[in-house]
Amino acid sequence: MNRLALIALAPLAFAEPAFAQAMDPSMPGMTMPAAKPPAKPGTPSPLGVLPGVQAPAAPSAPAAPAMADMPGMKGMAAPATPKPAPAEAAPAEPEIPQTPSPPPAQDHAADRDYDPAAMGAARAQLRQEHGGATLSMLMANLAEYQAGAGGGYRWDGEGRIGGDIDRFVVKSEGSGTGRGGLDAAEVQGLFSRAVTPYFDLQAGVRQDVAPYARTYATVGFEGLAPYWFDLSGALFLSTRGELLARVESTYDLRLTQRLILQPRVELNFAAQDTTETRTGSGLSNAELGLRLRYEITREFAPYIGVSWDRKLGRTADYARARGDDVGGAVLVTGIRGFF
Amino acid sequence: MKDFDRRQLLQGATLSGGGLALNALLPAWARSATPGLAPSLPTLAGPNIDLTVSRAHLSLDGRAGHAVTVNGTVPGPLLRLKEGQKVRLSIRNDLAEDTSIHWHGMLVPFQFDGVPGVSFPGIKPGQTFVYEFPIIQSGTYWYHSHSGMQEQEGQYGPIVIDPAGDDPVGYDREHVVVLSDFSFTHPHTIFARLKQQSGVFNFQQETAGSLLAGKDQTLPERTEWARMRMDPTDISDVTGAAFKFLVNGHGPRDNWTGLFQPGERVRLRFINAASQTVFNVRIPGLKLTVVAADGQPVRPVEVDEVQIGNAETYDVIVRPTEDRAFTLVAEAVDRSGLARATLAPRAGMSAAVPPLRERPLATLKDMGMDMSSMSMGGMKMDGMAMDGMAEPGMAPPKARGSDVMGDMGGMKMSMRDARNAPGVRMGPGVQTIAPMPKDRTGEPGQGLESVGHRVLVYKDLVALTADPDPRTPTRMMDIHLTGNMERFMWGFDGEKFSETTRPYTFGKGERVRVNLINDTMMTHPIHLHGHFFELVHGPKGFGPRKHTVVVAPGGKVTFDFTAAPGDWAFHCHMLYHMHAGMFQVFSVRPVDGAAT
Repeated sequence: MNRLALIALAPLAFAEPAFAQAMDPSMPGMTMPAAKPPAKPGTPSPLGVLPGVQAPAAPSAPAAPAMADMPGMKGMAAPATPKPAPAEAAPAEPEIPQTPSPPPAQDHAADRDYDPAAMGAARAQLRQEHGGATLSMLMANLAEYQAGAGGGYRWDGEGRIGGDIDRFVVKSEGSGTGRGGLDAAEVQGLFSRAVTPYFDLQAGVRQDVAPYARTYATVGFEGLAPYWFDLSGALFLSTRGELLARVESTYDLRLTQRLILQPRVELNFAAQDTTETRTGSGLSNAELGLRLRYEITREFAPYIGVSWDRKLGRTADYARARGDDVGGAVLVTGIRGFF
Repeated sequence: MKDFDRRQLLQGATLSGGGLALNALLPAWARSATPGLAPSLPTLAGPNIDLTVSRAHLSLDGRAGHAVTVNGTVPGPLLRLKEGQKVRLSIRNDLAEDTSIHWHGMLVPFQFDGVPGVSFPGIKPGQTFVYEFPIIQSGTYWYHSHSGMQEQEGQYGPIVIDPAGDDPVGYDREHVVVLSDFSFTHPHTIFARLKQQSGVFNFQQETAGSLLAGKDQTLPERTEWARMRMDPTDISDVTGAAFKFLVNGHGPRDNWTGLFQPGERVRLRFINAASQTVFNVRIPGLKLTVVAADGQPVRPVEVDEVQIGNAETYDVIVRPTEDRAFTLVAEAVDRSGLARATLAPRAGMSAAVPPLRERPLATLKDMGMDMSSMSMGGMKMDGMAMDGMAEPGMAPPKARGSDVMGDMGGMKMSMRDARNAPGVRMGPGVQTIAPMPKDRTGEPGQGLESVGHRVLVYKDLVALTADPDPRTPTRMMDIHLTGNMERFMWGFDGEKFSETTRPYTFGKGERVRVNLINDTMMTHPIHLHGHFFELVHGPKGFGPRKHTVVVAPGGKVTFDFTAAPGDWAFHCHMLYHMHAGMFQVFSVRPVDGAAT
């Protein structure tokens, strides 16, 4: 019976009651026709305005045999051409107003059928699982060996945990040599808040471990600038009143899907001369790096590159006066990764 | 671990993922070389159906994975029901975590809709929950978990409901074709990666290499898009790099095969059960006659390719007359992989698998900045007018380099102007507001504009029968689909569900027109539970009635619906968008005729 080709028969009267039941026919005082009578003869039908198909008068299928041997249902299928704009056939609709929605209900519908306490717990979980997740990330942008006299190492990384807007962030960077130990090392603990689609505002504490123990209050930003530059900047005010600043930016130039060239710049500034830390006012230090990484996975990418890291200006004068190296270019190799 | 798990594991180990082992892990309808659905097959039917949700192993293209299963298989068993019957579904939870089953597209009382926290508390470990409701519709539907991310892990299956009377669709044989995506990576890890770096799974980005090769965007286009921080290759968040694309639980190498006799009319019931993948479906050599969308019969439309959004279903008739095999291709919309199956007269046959086509690039239109629809010399060129120029799918390829805004005749267009979306909360979760959202339901889906053959568009769909509610809506509302692709935040009207303070509210029986406005550059298949809504195009009352609608990037979809009492989930059916917050509740009161 079903096997008869009934395709495209339009028993308008036929499927109607089934759909109508969805409308909760038991509902009293309803303004809509809960069980709309089957379409009256003469009801405008789209079939009438479509080419090539006649709506049969009754669900019984006089046309079926003819269709049964119609290869690929040619002639039955609407030709794949633009249909006459149906809106033209329909009378213009009255303007529908954007009136306000009803006030929110004070109840939860399911509490009628289930234990409200269990529903409350399920609702809390629902919110948590639909936008409320707490997530974390540990990222090592630099973790490298630096060729040169004796060989050195350098790291620059960040960890974060929290939601989309508010997070706790830990940043650390530093460098050293195998023989000499730590040249520089610092760690920051920050509260971070997303304030625009691309930028987070961050505030917290920075603790320098080397070369000089120093504690700073810090405020800064981190995000994605136009043209896809990762950009961050911060001001640091030490417990002794010294003011420092830092700007960092990286850019990922995608050579292939996995081979990425990353220029990087980090500039450190000081507002004053500080003899104790041998920091001069102005631009005190700059790192320009160019690193080529291969993303075995996005999360794990070994790299090689070159880094020009140098003390500048009065800070360089301090170093030279003490007979210290002011820095220069070195070849580097390391791992960039996150999880 | 349950007994049958152990047996399956042993079989899997012995036969190392061979076809036989794979078949043992699948329900009969989903096994390869199946003759199709037949009453003799052990599908689940009748008034009492028992389902068990548990962890089990599955095998895909010879690789073993862990899955959350229904009755031990992925997909779960086919439920074959009959319009007019009553059904009692007992779900036993053998997991160590909560589970649930939502009957997708089915009109059920809200308390049996299966969404923990909205319609019921969920099913605790060890508990059995009984759903009981009358079947008041017919067509192709499906079921899936609404707990955690179990849907990604395999907890889904098809539902076929036979009409009470004659089927308006004639066919000699039928196959259910469940499309899905499976990852050997845990969905929570996938989600965490997306939050860490939203392009983490995209290995089809624009490169310096492609620029030098004269491919993809030109330098001026790239510069402009880079200034906007918009990635035109961001088509799918999760790609073939993390997914295997499946047909009826079979990987492309497993090659699920459905049998036919030449000359037969074969009804293919397509269900997109994928967590995050929109598929482009075609069967080279065969025309696809679409006869139903989301379970509801439509006037037949003959096309060559159908884009199927997550959670949509399409019934398609094919009529292979030759005695040969045909390849069924379901290409991921970003062309990062495909699901493949075969229709053949006999088992063991196969046909050529077409190579993946070039991945699409998002355009300014996908940001709701389409210049071509602006009035030019007083002449409005909207979607319909454009359709007149070329049939959907057959447009000439877009000229390379045409995707720059230029100076727009002195007009400044803001990508994030709050005045273009008064109801939206403008926080960090809103990256863009489409300045000129456009009805794109007459356009082919992303990447199908110029494929050289006819593709289905929503405006092709005309309901076979009139909407049971003929009233004109009494009010209209806008819902903006918003997000931030960089932060992987998604929501409605600028809010993640976790941030919302009130649901969308409706009066019981109220007929309302809803405009879904996609302010993002991503596709969002939006699903409303417990209702069919009528897309507002075509003759009034004959718009297709759907439960899920794909809202194209920068696009707008308008539908009318009649609010049924209860609380109903409303969400993007991209699982990771939903999990990130693109979820809300439609609260319809009063629940009964009592106090208002």
